[in-house]
Amino acid sequence: MSIARWASPDYQDVMSLIDLANPTKFLALTARVLPWLAGVTAILLAIGLYQSATAPDDYQQGATVKIMFIHVPNAWLSMFVWGVMSLASLGTLVWRHPLADVAAKAAAPIGAAFTFLALVTGSLWGRPMWGTYWEWDARLTSVLILFLMYLGLMALWRAVEDPSRAARAAAVLTLVGAINIPIIKFSVDWWNTLHQPASVIRIGGSSLDSAFLVPLLVMAIAFTLLFITLHLAAMRNEILRRRVRSLQMMQAQARAA
Amino acid sequence: MTAFSALIRRDIRIALRVGGGALIGVLFFLSVVVLMPFAVGPDLKLLVRLGPAILWLGALLASLLTLDRLFTADHEDGSLDLIVMSRTSLELACAAKALAHWIAAGLPLIVATPVLGLLLNLDTLATAAVALTLLAGTPALTFTGMIGAALAVTLHRGGLLLAVLVLPLSIPVLIFGVAASEAAVTGPQTFGAPFLILCALSLVSFVIGPFAAAASLRQGLD
Repeated sequence: MSIARWASPDYQDVMSLIDLANPTKFLALTARVLPWLAGVTAILLAIGLYQSATAPDDYQQGATVKIMFIHVPNAWLSMFVWGVMSLASLGTLVWRHPLADVAAKAAAPIGAAFTFLALVTGSLWGRPMWGTYWEWDARLTSVLILFLMYLGLMALWRAVEDPSRAARAAAVLTLVGAINIPIIKFSVDWWNTLHQPASVIRIGGSSLDSAFLVPLLVMAIAFTLLFITLHLAAMRNEILRRRVRSLQMMQAQARAA
Repeated sequence: MTAFSALIRRDIRIALRVGGGALIGVLFFLSVVVLMPFAVGPDLKLLVRLGPAILWLGALLASLLTLDRLFTADHEDGSLDLIVMSRTSLELACAAKALAHWIAAGLPLIVATPVLGLLLNLDTLATAAVALTLLAGTPALTFTGMIGAALAVTLHRGGLLLAVLVLPLSIPVLIFGVAASEAAVTGPQTFGAPFLILCALSLVSFVIGPFAAAASLRQGLD
């Protein structure tokens, strides 16, 4: 069934209700939207990077404060992407929709990349500030665990040949993870206060000066748009990859018959 | 409810009769604990300090490694398909299987804890604390691990993949288990708070585990 679904153009008649949910129409729409999205992302990234570069140094942290403009958007996206995957997993389990499978699969490596960048920029910031690349600080630790969960999810995706079967298994795991991530975060906070009370200097988080806040917001929006652009592009690739796969299988079947 | 208890009885009977089903976990637990002094040195003071953590890690790994067989054996001989097709709801069947697995593989670990505590020079209070926290915490390990076992059996992959998927989910249990048992021995913290959270984690996993495992079995076995 799934072979015919991906290969035949007639599929669009079956589900005319939700236009976007049709892979063919999705491809057509994203082909038009993607260049604009990529352009806006590039412009916003350029503005954000320029503003970050020209932002004043912090009186305590000096120039290292600029790492924050890259670090915070990555950290925000590391959690946001898991949210996107959870929504897609609901689509997989409830409606069994192949496009939801594609969305979840395409998001996982991107989310892992953002999480990895958040970890790397965090430890680059930690070296001059805390004097060490790695501190078993509660936030760092829970981001590291999140990274491990992304990798586990990707391993699960790769472990199974049949894409729709893999999608359903990964959807269950993604939703279990979505419930567990807050629990893990809470318990790591507890563990950290138990083992090393108040060893980490926290920057005066609540009241950021607007000189820092504006570039940070621009960068956050730019990175979110970057994720959406990359995600749509990756979804297109995945759809095309599956079509190639099903065409190859049909060809093989025809040759065998 | 009769199907529930019948399934529990059947699983326990299989675990006890088929050689090495339940007690192999205890043997593994013993081996891990015996390995530890070789790694950190025979310093009794250090071992006392690390004792609760070592016991918890050993129990965690032992209960994780025995989970591999939770659904596989039933899948191989076809009885898993019968369970899926039966009129008993699959969630209840999963809960029964996990409960039986915990009785057969988890309880022996707790029974073995006092002996292993002796090896690590733990006093009575510390051993009792570790055993109590294991009693409250290992159900959570079994029930969350069951999700991984269900995924593994539908994917025909086991072993390391299961461990990679389940280990991050078991971090909270490990944290609160060790925190509670250390609090009973030394800590300024009270024993009550982490212990109650540990119980809460077990109760939450009673709810999430069977549903997630049943969902992945239902989705995966078609």
